[in-house]
Amino acid sequence: METRGMDKRLSNLASEAAPFMARDRGRHPPAYAPGYKSSILRAPGEALVSFESTLSEKTGPAFGHNVIGALDNDLIHNFAKPGESAIGERIIVHGRVLDENGRPVPDVLVEYWQANAGGRYRHKREGYLAPLDPNFGGFGRSLTDSEGRYWFRTIRPGAYPWPNGVNDWRPAHIHFSVFGSGFAQRLITQMYFEGDPMIAQCPIVRTIADPAAIAQLVAALDMANAVPMDSRAYKFDIVLRGRRSTFFENRPEGN
Amino acid sequence: MVQHLDRLRETPSQTAGPYVHIGLTPNVCGITGVTPEDLGARMVADGVRGERITIRGRVLDGAGRPVNDCVVEIWQADAAGLYNSPMEHRGAADPNFTGFGRCAADEEGVFSFDTVKPGPVPGPRGATMAPHVSFWIVARGINIGLHTRMYFSDEEAANRDDPVLRRVVPARVPTLIGRREGDTVHFDIRLQGEDETVFFDV
Repeated sequence: METRGMDKRLSNLASEAAPFMARDRGRHPPAYAPGYKSSILRAPGEALVSFESTLSEKTGPAFGHNVIGALDNDLIHNFAKPGESAIGERIIVHGRVLDENGRPVPDVLVEYWQANAGGRYRHKREGYLAPLDPNFGGFGRSLTDSEGRYWFRTIRPGAYPWPNGVNDWRPAHIHFSVFGSGFAQRLITQMYFEGDPMIAQCPIVRTIADPAAIAQLVAALDMANAVPMDSRAYKFDIVLRGRRSTFFENRPEGN
Repeated sequence: MVQHLDRLRETPSQTAGPYVHIGLTPNVCGITGVTPEDLGARMVADGVRGERITIRGRVLDGAGRPVNDCVVEIWQADAAGLYNSPMEHRGAADPNFTGFGRCAADEEGVFSFDTVKPGPVPGPRGATMAPHVSFWIVARGINIGLHTRMYFSDEEAANRDDPVLRRVVPARVPTLIGRREGDTVHFDIRLQGEDETVFFDV
């Protein structure tokens, strides 16, 4: 820890974490999106109070390899009985976590969860009639490598009906939770699959107004990275907020 | 024509949905054996410095009903005001304190965290921020995670000078103050309606 203090004395560069660029809220869904009924009573009615990120948002938790188990990124096997595996179309999902400046975000935790091949979640509140797969839990996680890459193996989740409209169905999707280097970057989103006609019909997808923003949630089929006779691949990059430059602000925090 | 700024766009948020526990707190929803302990379940280890406290509260929707399927995350400085983060360049935080907590609300919408009271933290332009805990709330029906903060009722003077609280209209400041009762700090979060909690765009 002494070296950190030394860095601060010797260098006037990066002596403090830089603040984040303002979030483009128009790219995200609004809190109140009545087509998605659950948002109606859970959307704040008052305006958000804005301020530039402080130390409390510029910092964030970091997780080491010690939290990651050997099968954490293998949903086909991490809940399966020995010698067995989850049922479904075998796929590999891979991509990079980048920031808005285009830089890879290394060493950050990516968590993912999903329904099984029949569209059923392993959850006590889930009542869809499709059966559970005894060998599929639906949870996994990765730590990005030095180039911001993550990858995992899973089965392609099924579409499923949900109580919103009379006949609303979720497109096949995988939920993602991503940590950056600062708490202000915290993000939860969903990945959809190229070519799925259910995407355009989904009330949750349609909480996002900008078609280009929706396209950013659709993973591309990546046959070049498929494993022959084993799994197809999908590529899904995730972009977190970027930090702005601090050209004239290199003073230590608090001075 | 102009040059390109050459910048990427942030990935849009989508709701965490009703099954968020599978991904964030798998052991709570019965997916055991994959990870021994849920992330953020324990913030303190033996030998932690500072005052041990429990933060407890409920998350309520616009009809006053408990948001019993949400997950609440907190992030805070240690007792000396240092963050346990690679982005903390002022010194080493308490190694027995993670600063990060994650809790799935129960059937009554109640969350709780065993933690320590944070120290004050430097704010912008030489100001000092009063001791506070950052909150992030996700759930079905929440389209983008909600940021808020909890301050402490026993820090009246520091709260008065806090640069963030000063941006909030005085009538709404009480929604950001945790009520200290012994070792427990009570902090309810109202997503909408009367006494709606102040949420931040940070």
